[in-house]
This record gives sequence, C-alpha cells and structure tokens, in this order.
Amino acid sequence: MTQHPLELFAVDGLIDSDAKDMRDTVRAVLADRVRPHIAQWYEDATIPARELTRELGALGLLGMHLEGYGCAGTSATAYGLACMELEAVDSGVRSLVSVQGSLAMFAIWRYGSEEQKQEWLPRMAAGEAIGCFGLTEADFGSNPGGMRTSAKRDGDDWVLSGSKMWITNGAVADVAIVWARTDEGIRGFVVPTDSPGFTANEITRKMSLRASVTAELVLDGVRLPASAMLPDARGLSGPLSCLSEARFGIVFGALGAARDCLEVTIDYCREREIFDKPLAAYQLTQAKLADMTLELGKGVLLALHLGHLKDTVGVRNEQISLGKLNSTREAIAIARECRTLLAANGITGEYPIMRHANNLESVLTYEGTSEVHQLVIGQALTGESAFR
Amino acid sequence: MNIVVCVKYVPDAQSERGFDASDNTTDRENVDGLLSELDEYAVEEALKLVEAGEGEVTVLTIGPEQAADAVKKALQMGADKGVHVSDAAISGSDAPATSLVLAEAIRKIGGADLVLTGMASTDGSMSVVPAMLAERLGLPQVTFASELTVDGDTVTIRRDGDAASETITASLPALVSVTDQINEPRYPSFKGIMAAKKKPVERWSLADLGIDSSQVGLGAAWTKVEDVTKRPPRQQGTIVPDEGDGGARLAEFLASQKFI
Repeated sequence: MTQHPLELFAVDGLIDSDAKDMRDTVRAVLADRVRPHIAQWYEDATIPARELTRELGALGLLGMHLEGYGCAGTSATAYGLACMELEAVDSGVRSLVSVQGSLAMFAIWRYGSEEQKQEWLPRMAAGEAIGCFGLTEADFGSNPGGMRTSAKRDGDDWVLSGSKMWITNGAVADVAIVWARTDEGIRGFVVPTDSPGFTANEITRKMSLRASVTAELVLDGVRLPASAMLPDARGLSGPLSCLSEARFGIVFGALGAARDCLEVTIDYCREREIFDKPLAAYQLTQAKLADMTLELGKGVLLALHLGHLKDTVGVRNEQISLGKLNSTREAIAIARECRTLLAANGITGEYPIMRHANNLESVLTYEGTSEVHQLVIGQALTGESAFR
Repeated sequence: MNIVVCVKYVPDAQSERGFDASDNTTDRENVDGLLSELDEYAVEEALKLVEAGEGEVTVLTIGPEQAADAVKKALQMGADKGVHVSDAAISGSDAPATSLVLAEAIRKIGGADLVLTGMASTDGSMSVVPAMLAERLGLPQVTFASELTVDGDTVTIRRDGDAASETITASLPALVSVTDQINEPRYPSFKGIMAAKKKPVERWSLADLGIDSSQVGLGAAWTKVEDVTKRPPRQQGTIVPDEGDGGARLAEFLASQKFI
C-alpha cells in the first residue's frame, strides 16, 4: 500500500469540508474537460479561452473568494486550493483564472465605483466577460513606477497613451484594467477593449505558457469618460495590492504543477525497469523522491498557513513573498529533478514534466521575480530597502 | 411538482472494493464511497424539471453514517432537502427490504408527484428496486427512461431498446427510473457547495417509519450470498510474432472471438 506525497503530510485534516469539496469538484471538472486536451493545446500554442472561461464561471471559480456581485464568496484557502488544481493541469490555465479573478476582478471589486462593479463583476464572475490587467511595460517590469503610459485630462474625459507588455488574456479580453501616469500619480482605468485606439497584439513564439494568451496592449489616444477611472486606487499601492492577491494564488498553484510532476514520476519509477528491477527500487531514486516530497509537503503546509492567515487575521505582503518565492523555486526544482528520473521520456509531450518545467520558468519571474521577493523579505528583516 | 429522488451511497469503483468476510455483504466500512454515478442522472433530471417549473426536490437515501455524503452531494447539486434513513438493523437488506424502507420513507415525506431513481446501483446492479418500490406505493412504473417530459398530469418517457424505441406515458403520480443517456449531470457549483450546509436533512430510524427490524436486514433477506471468490487476475494476452502471416492470424483471432 503506497501513499500519495501529500497523504504523508496529512494535509487534508487542515482543510474544511467546503474547501475540500470545491477542490475535488475543480479536479473532476478539469479531468473531464481540460486534462485530455492540454498537451495538444500546449503543442499548438492555443487555449479555447472563451469557452473555458464560461465553464469555469458556471462553476463559480472566477473571483470565487470575492463577496457579492455574482461571486461565490468562498474562503481564500478554497481559492488557493482551486489554483493548485488548475496549475496541476497547466500554469496557463491557472494564469487565465488568476488574471481574471485576482487582478482584473479584484481591482474593480476593491477600487471600483458601484457602477463599475455592477457593470463588470457579474459578467466576469459568470465568465461572459474576460478581463486583463495592464501594469507591466516593455521597459518597466520590476520597477512599474517608472511606467510611461499616461492618462491626460481633456475636459471631463481622460486620454490614455502608451503600451503595456506581457499581458495575460490581453488578446481575448473584453475589459482591461490599465494603470497610467497622471498629474496626480498613478491611477487605474477600466478600459473596454473595443474602445477606439485600443489594440492588443498577441505575442507568439513563446517557449513557456503556450496554453495561455499573452499580448502587448497599445493605447493610442484612447478616450475614456471620467467614470472610467477607478476612484479608490491612488498610487502604486493599488496595482501592487492586486498583484499580492494573484501571488497568493501562485503560492498554491506552482505547487500543483510540482505535485503533478511528482505523481507522474512516482508512477513512472514504479513501472520502469532498469537492469532487472523497477527504477523505484534504487536508493538514488528513493532519495530524490523523498527530497522532492519533503519540499512539496513543506510548501503546501506554508501555503495552507498563509491561507489560514488570510482567512482570519489577514496576510502581509512580505508573508505572501515568502510563499511565492518558496513555491516557485521549489516547484521548478522538483520539475527538473523529475525530468532526470524520466530521462528522455521526460522531454516529450507524452509526459507533462517538460511542459510544467517550461511553464514554471515564467511563473518563477512573473508577479515579482524571486529576486524581488528576496528583497521584500530582506527589507522586512533589516529595515533596509535594497531594490535600487 | 414535488419530486423525490432515491439515491444510493456506493463504494467508489476507483478504489479497491470487497466483501465483509463474516456475512459476504458488500464492505461499506473500509472503502471510500460516493453518490452512485447512475443516480446523478436522476438528481439532474429532477433539478431540470423543478427549475423549468416549480416545486421542490427531496433526495432520499438509506445507508450507514457515511451515506450522508450522497445526500450532501445531491444537495450541493441543487436539491432542496434531504432524508437519510439510517438504522443498524438495515445492514444486509436485500432489494425487497430496501424497497419497503424507501416506500415507508416516501409515505412519511408526504408522497410525491414523481419518484425518480437511477437505472441501477453501481454496486448491486440489480435494477429491481424501482419496480418493487412502485408496486409498494401503488404507482405506475415507467423504467429506463432516456428522455422524460411532464405535461400536466402526464409523464412521457422514451425507452431505447435494441430493436425499437418506445414512447410510454403514465399518469402522475408515477415512478420513473432514468438511464445514463438522459442528460449530463451538472457539477456542484461553489455557491451550491456552500448553500448545501444550510439545507434541511431529516434523519429517520426504522422506528420513525414504523418498520419492525425483523422485516429488514440480512435475516429477512430472501436470498443469501453463500460464498465469494475473488476473480482471478487476467491472463496475459497472446503475442503473435509477425512472420509474414501476422494479418491473417490477427483476423483468425478476431473471428474466433466473434469480433468479426
């Protein structure tokens, strides 16, 4: 009788029954609708974003941890566990959901006017409208405050000019949350993507997150009414708080990818014979499996702890950084170690290992690189800001 | 229209299933269980009927403590309330006894315009409980429905057979068992999962139903499983080395097994 890596850590005892039922439902839906196709989508660099968003919306997965406006209002832990299931299938699928729920919907939910919430949130929760989030620019990644995109007053209107880069969901979105420089600092705008002057150019030829839509957004004098501005977000803290929401999902999500790699690898090692016995019966294999299981389990325990904090007393940004740094760094290490056990089979599309490893290359650096999170933690420890 | 859906908590076919060595009944203690997949179709059909009109869906199950999970799943899918009949004396009951308990429970619920069941359980697979239950309740029974419509006081179903498809009508109240062709059961939504906890679930014992324990259980069963033998592991298949006649030998094999 063998045990699953996470059974060793008895993590289910730390999860309430609703969150478990939601997790199991997400797992079942994905096994039914997404898993059979994901390798091919990745190969073809495509994802049926609109159809998939509707299906996940019907489930209540989009903006699931937000209250009201058609959102399910679940715990943060349940949201994290859903992200883990999504990313166990593919980081691109989880990215779609993260951007929809934690970046675009959260920005409107937290900083929007009542009209903006009524107009967008119910449709986005149902998956009828897709959102994206424009903060990063080609020359401004870890230093978003330097952004060049501007919003200028013209009478009561705002006129937005500039471009945004690496925008997940960009080319399929109905609405973009765009952050721009104004006379009063950085402000956010709700931009319908059919606004004149708005274009999204899909970025192709990616070696990572191939089952995910990535785009450049170009704003060429996009004229918006005064009501398009998010009234309650002033300065960089607005978009950064949205990123912190999304990072919370990544803390769980990246470990989902690692879990999938490890499950596949354990099965493979038990089946694969080398010389005259299974690969699993060699001490070096077992040492690798034990070390990977330990890192996975520790990561999940940290993720659940952060979820518990978020659901009770609140979680601080530097605590989210601990989780994002740990989950992404360990997940990619696990994916690479699993690859060594599958050897040549590990690089093929027949197994998910290389797909996860390639995806995790993006997850390692987006939403704050590992180095930025080290600096966030370093600042918390020393009081010294060492970003620049 | 008020609908009662009878559901069963069964051992998960994905896990190792077995029998209790002491009495050769299905082991329900040491395996993970779930709402029988074939009953999800009945729950889905009931939800669709009520959503298109009015009334409520009551989900009814008999089983040990863990069988509450089957009720919970149906409530998560959208059923309005649950009834869980649980009594140690019921353990080992056969189909006639099961139908007796279900019938008394439905009477205590106050009857129903429509009683829906799956086409069979995924563990016992006998398909006889719906017919026995209809007989006990004095209801017309229309079984194995792959399509179901209700118009006024009439239920119409399609039953697909090998030779023909029959269209059958019955007056309500009636009992209908549905097949796995009738719909695609929904997954519980997150709102459904959270709402299920607040829905009422009644727990009844045999005494609540006025049934004497001598009428049910292993002792009252009309049949007895004398012996259980585990099926031997599958034999390894035949390997045909291709020496130029591979195609012919493959065809011979398929013909001998009546595949072609």
